[in-house]
Amino acid sequence: MNKRMIAYILGAILLIEAFFMLLPLLTALVYREVTGRWFLYTLVGAAALGAAAMLLARPRNKTIYTKDGLVIVALGWVVLSLVGALPFTLSGEIPSYLDAVFEIISGFTTTGSSILTNVEALSRCMLFWRSFSHWLGGMGVLVFMLAIVRLEGGQGIHLLRAESPGPSVSKMVPKMTDSSKILYSIYLGLTLLQIVFYLAGGMPLFDSLCNTFGTAGTGGFSIKANSFNAYDAYAQTVTTVFMILFGVNFSIYFFLLRRKFDLVFKNTELRWYLAVIFGAIALITINVAPMFSSVGEAIHHVAFSVASVITTTGYCTANFDLWPEFSRVILILLMIIGACAGSTGGGLKVSRVAILVKSAHADLNRLAHPNAVKSIRMDGKPVSHELVSQVRSYFLMYSLIALASILLVSLDGYDGSTTISAVMATYNNIGPGLGMVGPIGNFSQFSALSKIVLSLDMLLGRLELYPMLVLMMPGTWRRR
Amino acid sequence: MKIVIVGDGKVGSTLAEQLSREGHEITIIDRSGVPLQQTGEDLDILCVEGNGATYATQLEAGVDSAQLLIAVTASDELNLLCCLIAKKAGAMHTIARVRNPEYVGELPLITDDLGLSLVVNPELTCATEIARTLRIPSAIKTDPFANGHVELLKFQLPEDSPLAGRTLMELPGLTRAKVLICAVERGEQEIAIPTGQFRLEAGDRISFVAGYRDAQAFFRQIHLDTSPIRQVLLVGGGRIAYYLSRQLLDAGMSVKILESDLARCEQLSELLPKATILHGDGTNEKFLMEAGLAQADAFASLTGIDEENVLMSMFVRKACPRVKVVTKINRYSFQNIIGTLDLGSVFNPRYSASNRICRYVRAMQNSMGSNVETLYKLLGGRAEALEFRVAKGSAVCGVPLQKLRLRENVLVGCINRGGKILIPSGQDTVEAGDTVVVVTSVTGLSELDDILEKRK
Repeated sequence: MNKRMIAYILGAILLIEAFFMLLPLLTALVYREVTGRWFLYTLVGAAALGAAAMLLARPRNKTIYTKDGLVIVALGWVVLSLVGALPFTLSGEIPSYLDAVFEIISGFTTTGSSILTNVEALSRCMLFWRSFSHWLGGMGVLVFMLAIVRLEGGQGIHLLRAESPGPSVSKMVPKMTDSSKILYSIYLGLTLLQIVFYLAGGMPLFDSLCNTFGTAGTGGFSIKANSFNAYDAYAQTVTTVFMILFGVNFSIYFFLLRRKFDLVFKNTELRWYLAVIFGAIALITINVAPMFSSVGEAIHHVAFSVASVITTTGYCTANFDLWPEFSRVILILLMIIGACAGSTGGGLKVSRVAILVKSAHADLNRLAHPNAVKSIRMDGKPVSHELVSQVRSYFLMYSLIALASILLVSLDGYDGSTTISAVMATYNNIGPGLGMVGPIGNFSQFSALSKIVLSLDMLLGRLELYPMLVLMMPGTWRRR
Repeated sequence: MKIVIVGDGKVGSTLAEQLSREGHEITIIDRSGVPLQQTGEDLDILCVEGNGATYATQLEAGVDSAQLLIAVTASDELNLLCCLIAKKAGAMHTIARVRNPEYVGELPLITDDLGLSLVVNPELTCATEIARTLRIPSAIKTDPFANGHVELLKFQLPEDSPLAGRTLMELPGLTRAKVLICAVERGEQEIAIPTGQFRLEAGDRISFVAGYRDAQAFFRQIHLDTSPIRQVLLVGGGRIAYYLSRQLLDAGMSVKILESDLARCEQLSELLPKATILHGDGTNEKFLMEAGLAQADAFASLTGIDEENVLMSMFVRKACPRVKVVTKINRYSFQNIIGTLDLGSVFNPRYSASNRICRYVRAMQNSMGSNVETLYKLLGGRAEALEFRVAKGSAVCGVPLQKLRLRENVLVGCINRGGKILIPSGQDTVEAGDTVVVVTSVTGLSELDDILEKRK
């Protein structure tokens, strides 16, 4: 393991975080909030520490391997969260450091689960930082770093692979730096577009910014106590559309920009994603229509909820916890499926689900015709057996960790749907679950142990298990 | 520049590495995902799995917007097909590797009629390099500059040389030949771009710039034997041996080829009626001596097995120190170790091929802004010799060299003024229109002005 290189990149991450803390500081200046000074202190401290790490560790040997890449990403996110939580606690707005860390991990991992009982009590700069953490975490801080720093050789791919969601991650253009720049440009472009749409509908600038960050990162921190009920139907519709857009694999937008429309149409994941969304909307609408005054209204709220859950955003207009059991179960299933690979969303990812379903179908087929040879295809191309078995083992690992987390959280003694949905909502980076942690509830009443477990779940879910698992494996740190 | 490489084999990956280090955007296509995975992890490039000769795969790799396609798969015909399709898809330039000796005579035809920019034959390129080295036997390696008017030569300083222990300042007192020592390798890792105070030691591997005549004179004056080569013994009758023999026979040398495969021996005897073909195992000491090793002036181990080549060359260096030794090595790794072994001149066909292609790419880039004319990787890629054309208004124009504030480890090795070669001293100036050769261990120079110290 190249410890100097790890320290060096961690230093760079701290510098980037310090740079982005200028934004809440600016917010504090605009709204003349004294609590903003804590951002100044934290950012100066983080910048000093980061610069010191980069100068002292300046590695002679810059080679990193897959394992180092995983460790860098996992440690990077831990450091990012530990430092990002400081302003909340220092300013006393979230007195417990554990709560603050939970809140900021929920931010960076674009989960949106909150321990706050009254969101509106927070000062504006804190609210801004909380929402902005979604935006930064959505595309990933290391991807951002790769856009500005050039690593020698192909080593950036180790970081990209560890941080970006999806079963197989590849670059869009030959150079890492250019790839990251394209990703962030698309991200920034869509973000600006959404802000413009909000502003056109008469939403105040501050709200537009915060809500857009929450949508773009598919996070879901709301700055209002009753989430999106505070806004009109226009704002809700804009949000529905953009949530779905941010749940799409970003390479689709790249193909569109390059006018490679056939690649877009052939994309299996996009088709499945849209099919699942429309299917779920139809089923739930039929199920809940009697609860609304008109079918149109039902579709409006169901579409918002479905988009919010499958893209793992977690904004709410309707309290779906009160919906019939059938709809609630569909929502839980959507939580597990999650958004597309290569998007800002969480969950298992549509492409993995598609590969799992197709391979299960192929296996079934093999029972009927033992000698049948059938290849599984995605995007019109055969999927290698290696990838299929990787996806299967990922699913197994994913399920085992989910079960273990449920077991640990059940120590708190809450009811089944609260316990299970709390784990699912954090593990898949959604935000609200059902029962006590439903759209109108929050996570404040959990014990410290549960909060730690759920925080780890959020990191595991966002980084797709392996980085965090490698970080926690004793063998990683043992000297041979 | 956007470059697509088809074929992730030995030459393909070497090329990808060199070109991506020079800042190009590389996409590599291969039919199998296994080598791609490794290459994709080692280098900052894009990998595409598929048949590179199909239009769909080429479009996926972005050939339509690429400036250059290089086809280096194992099959000549596939390479040519790749280039044809790429032309249709919109690539501006195409380079194919064609290695089958049967096509060699038709290479100009293939290049022109199929619209290729360059056809590379690694074995032929390598053989040409070996033949050039055998022309100046005292040098381990020679590289031509300025259209062959100057050469960059490398030799190892023997124990009893009058140069050992002298500084470069004393050099003009020892020899009247106009040479400029521009890089010195010592031991396994050390490389110096020497200044006047640099003291040479026995065993140093010295690279210098000189014209052909001056080089001959220089070797004579420092008592390095330069008797011309008349008898050459080759072990291994592969393609390189064939091309090399043809060139050597044309130059009037006598050639003996040792080959262990009888059928190949017969083939060679048909192809090369003037050469002596011996059937037997070159790794057998007795057979080597019997074949006339002691009477030969030069020996080249060219079998397909690196280990055999290394052993034979070491044996010949030990048994007949007078004989000039050439060793062919296919493998790319363990360069440092190979550098320290006593193997005479070491050649690597894929390195020759990728160097040839890189030179073409640089020339292409030349017409697109940067003004590097030729570039040679020296000493395992740790130093470079670059030939620049001096543009009008360059900061180095008209200033005596000793007054220029050059960067560390940069040296102006030679000035070519309208075909006249100047080996520069401190009083010489560089003028617009000249081409100059710069030797440096700083990589990534793209402009002549880059050799100056950056002003803060």
